[in-house]
Amino acid sequence: MWSSAVIKMIAVGVAQTLTMTLVSTIVAYIIGLPLGIALVITADDGLKPNRAVYKILDVIVNITRSIPFIILLILIIPFTRLIVGKAYGTAGTIPPLTLAAAPFIARMVESSLREVDPGVIEAAQSMGASIWTIIFKVMINEARTSLIINATIVLGTVLGYSAMAGTVGGGGLGDIAIRYGYHRYQPDIMLVTVALLVILVQIMQVIGTHIAKRVDRRIN
Amino acid sequence: MAEPIIQIKDVSKTFVSSDNEVEALKNINLTIEKGDIYGIIGMSGAGKSTLVRTLNFLEKPTSGTVIIEDKDLSTLSEKELREVRTQIAMIFQHFNLLMQRNVLDNVCFPMEIIGMKRTEAVERARELLEVVGLSEKENAYPSQLSGGQKQRVAIARGLATNPKILLCDEATSALDPTTTKAILELLKKINAEYGITIVIITHEMTVVQEICSHVAIIDSGDLAESGTVEEIFSHPKTPAARKLVFMVNHKIDEMVGKRCIRITFTENSSFEPVIANMVLECNAPVNILLADTQDIGGIAHGQMILQLPEDAALQERMINYLINRNLDVEELESYVE
Repeated sequence: MWSSAVIKMIAVGVAQTLTMTLVSTIVAYIIGLPLGIALVITADDGLKPNRAVYKILDVIVNITRSIPFIILLILIIPFTRLIVGKAYGTAGTIPPLTLAAAPFIARMVESSLREVDPGVIEAAQSMGASIWTIIFKVMINEARTSLIINATIVLGTVLGYSAMAGTVGGGGLGDIAIRYGYHRYQPDIMLVTVALLVILVQIMQVIGTHIAKRVDRRIN
Repeated sequence: MAEPIIQIKDVSKTFVSSDNEVEALKNINLTIEKGDIYGIIGMSGAGKSTLVRTLNFLEKPTSGTVIIEDKDLSTLSEKELREVRTQIAMIFQHFNLLMQRNVLDNVCFPMEIIGMKRTEAVERARELLEVVGLSEKENAYPSQLSGGQKQRVAIARGLATNPKILLCDEATSALDPTTTKAILELLKKINAEYGITIVIITHEMTVVQEICSHVAIIDSGDLAESGTVEEIFSHPKTPAARKLVFMVNHKIDEMVGKRCIRITFTENSSFEPVIANMVLECNAPVNILLADTQDIGGIAHGQMILQLPEDAALQERMINYLINRNLDVEELESYVE
């Protein structure tokens, strides 16, 4: 049962899960971070209010957020093929994971940046700071703790999604859990993979919280 | 010498929301001269915070304009406006420091904005921290500082780019009286040493009294009155000005006299205002420390304890007056300390 083949398979599963989670989260941040910033800036009380832009972004984010991931996974198969050449395996899960995570990240970034004291932003404006300076040196820097905590939440969510991708042959621990636990009635292997998923989320959470605390200068 | 540095011209500001319009400022005209410490005072909601924000165009007037030195702010591009702002520092009621940066980096921030070299900025920041008396706190974070210290950091930060004008928006309103005094002293020093024109927004007349050379009174969006502090204090013309001036000038004097008497009512009419008549007659106040009287069939019964004024002659006059009104008067030894 616990042959070296099974152990190897699980090790590969862990690597695949981490690859899917980290790669798609990073790519999703490249899309979601600017999107979140744009939402804050163009909001009515933002630095450059623009109702039309805000509404469009808001609707896009809401639509993508409301599609269940498992449906999104299948819905964008043609797009996935276009990007990575195939719609299965680890690589095949990265486009849907990214697409699911990006709007989620946009909302997270939006809420973190909204926490920044408007008075501090006003002070920066009164010093003659440009919008870019305010975004990068005031908003992001002041909200860094919240941004990191939210990134930890995003990682946990994407990891959970990546397990779902197992149903379409996505690879990773979720795939193993479903194949062995569900299709082949081998609950022991399923339990091990689930335990590994729990441990992975736990590790991410601990690291995230630790970093967030380390960079926070507001409390001593 | 009278050289205008800020000219507020016909400034009106209306805030429009979906269901109503608020006229925060109505046609304000005001000239502030170089080196003035100009107080702008008004009740909360009078529009003074909006007015101070029009001075650096953080709040763009609905109509009218502001001229800083010779620059008409309404004609400037976004970039030119930012440049002017580096010359107009602002400090706030809640300090508005960057919480994730230490004191030194907070002071460096405006210098980063104008692109000053880091080493130069640090050097200047240290100088300024010396000026505001916080040299030993350069590595502290705002959360480790008291309110007064935070405001000192904000002042150092404000001075970093050698501004010509310092706007203070209720800068002492979150501070206790002692700290307020110290911050006002610091502002005075800055005005004297660097010749920076200071505009102070406040709802506290004492702040104006303490430090300002001129004052403007804002009342529900209107400029009620403006002039030198002496003028306004000695001859407030408008009701708004009178209200604000009398709030300070008519502080209640505490009675300091030590002599107390007990008077007992037994036969006087309930309807004879004995104490009030005595006060009118002697033209000096007494303090009623205790009063326990009631009207029984038109006759006043009970007792009162009065604290008399310090003047001995007045005391005798009052006692005589009461005795003449057929009241029992009894001295009380050391009733008040």
